[in-house]
Amino acid sequence: MTVAIPQTLREALAFSSANPNAQIIQGGTDLMVEINFNHRKPTDVIALRRVEEIRNYAYTADKSKVIVGAGLPYQKMEHGEIAELFPALAQAARTVGSPQIRAAGSIGGNLGTCSPAGDALPVLSALNAEVNLRTETGSRDISVHDFMIGVKRNDRKPGELIISVTLPIIQGWQGYAKVGVRNAMVISVASCCLVVDRKLGAISVALGAVGPTIIRCRETEQWLATQIDLKSISAVAPNLLKEFGERIANESKPIDDHRSTAAYRRHAVATLSRRLLVRANTK
Amino acid sequence: MMPNTEIYNLRVNGKNHEVRDAWVGESLLYVLRERLGLPGSKGACEQGECGSCTVIMDGQAVCSCLVMAATAIDAEIKTIEGLTPDGELTEVQDAFITEGGVQCGFCTPGLVVAIEHLLDNNQSPTEIEIKEAISGNICRCTGYGRIFEAVQTAVATRRAAR
Repeated sequence: MTVAIPQTLREALAFSSANPNAQIIQGGTDLMVEINFNHRKPTDVIALRRVEEIRNYAYTADKSKVIVGAGLPYQKMEHGEIAELFPALAQAARTVGSPQIRAAGSIGGNLGTCSPAGDALPVLSALNAEVNLRTETGSRDISVHDFMIGVKRNDRKPGELIISVTLPIIQGWQGYAKVGVRNAMVISVASCCLVVDRKLGAISVALGAVGPTIIRCRETEQWLATQIDLKSISAVAPNLLKEFGERIANESKPIDDHRSTAAYRRHAVATLSRRLLVRANTK
Repeated sequence: MMPNTEIYNLRVNGKNHEVRDAWVGESLLYVLRERLGLPGSKGACEQGECGSCTVIMDGQAVCSCLVMAATAIDAEIKTIEGLTPDGELTEVQDAFITEGGVQCGFCTPGLVVAIEHLLDNNQSPTEIEIKEAISGNICRCTGYGRIFEAVQTAVATRRAAR
């Protein structure tokens, strides 16, 4: 029975390589719930709360992307530079739990748990984020689409630590919307992130909590690009907006569970995606 | 840093506390209440949804039920018991009494800690900032109106004292 509290990334990687099956704990907001309810009984634990190197963000050398540390608390994304660069991420961060949860929770934890309802995950998907994982001896980058495998399943290998996500800075519009049973402190019933890249004339739409993992609506994205000019802000005709929502709903794969019905979730993603598209095309 | 989980130290309300024979998975809430004799922080949902267990850890309001106690050995923890010396009340606690912000009282310690944290970082919070700051604390009795009044009163008392 051990608890390791590494103070540096190097120390953390040494611990995880020496004990590849140790339980990693970041903010604890997912893991401790499982432990409190006796769903998990860890013996060896590596706590990352003191690893400052992953609790920061930095621009890439060419300034086209930002590397966000896996341990940066959501609280730090609600305002300031990150919020200006990635408004959708700020909006998603703002919907995570409560101030108490946002002081602890992080993208690394969302990716580690890999729940389809993880609030930041649709944003990472819509932005085509790259996830960086490291061991003591190696480092690899993987697209977030390939990293998320299924319900609470990801591609992290024993001994690897989730270090950061790299997000491209997009010229255009981005937004996030979520439906839950109340305003604060709620796990999503359905969520949606929409990003319009005005330079490329492309749109990306990602859905949360309506499938085994985050769903990218690639068919609808390609269809919409043939219907409107995404390089400029143009009003979307009502019939087009209606069809857009229907197509998004068709790409979702929701289930009935204790939080909602599949039918309501389908309705919710149609409405959320339409709202976001209207916002994207409103000055 | 690799604490021996059979004996480790927590720094709570400015004092060092020795924790013995603990299981690694115990939450800070459990250790505070059951091992350190600090039952002020309440346990209700144990999943970070009710805020009854709110404590200040390294200057942040957090849910102590979601902190693994053995990972908090190097943290400065402040609980409801540590806000004032025994027998004295903070402006916030006093305002809860005068405004009738307490009914069953179960959520009160968590709310008081969350509000103290807000006022320590923001001397004149707006209505929306107050609502946001207590959005993680659920009260099923008062309907929040009187709690909200208590915050306004505490803000005024603190301002007058400056």
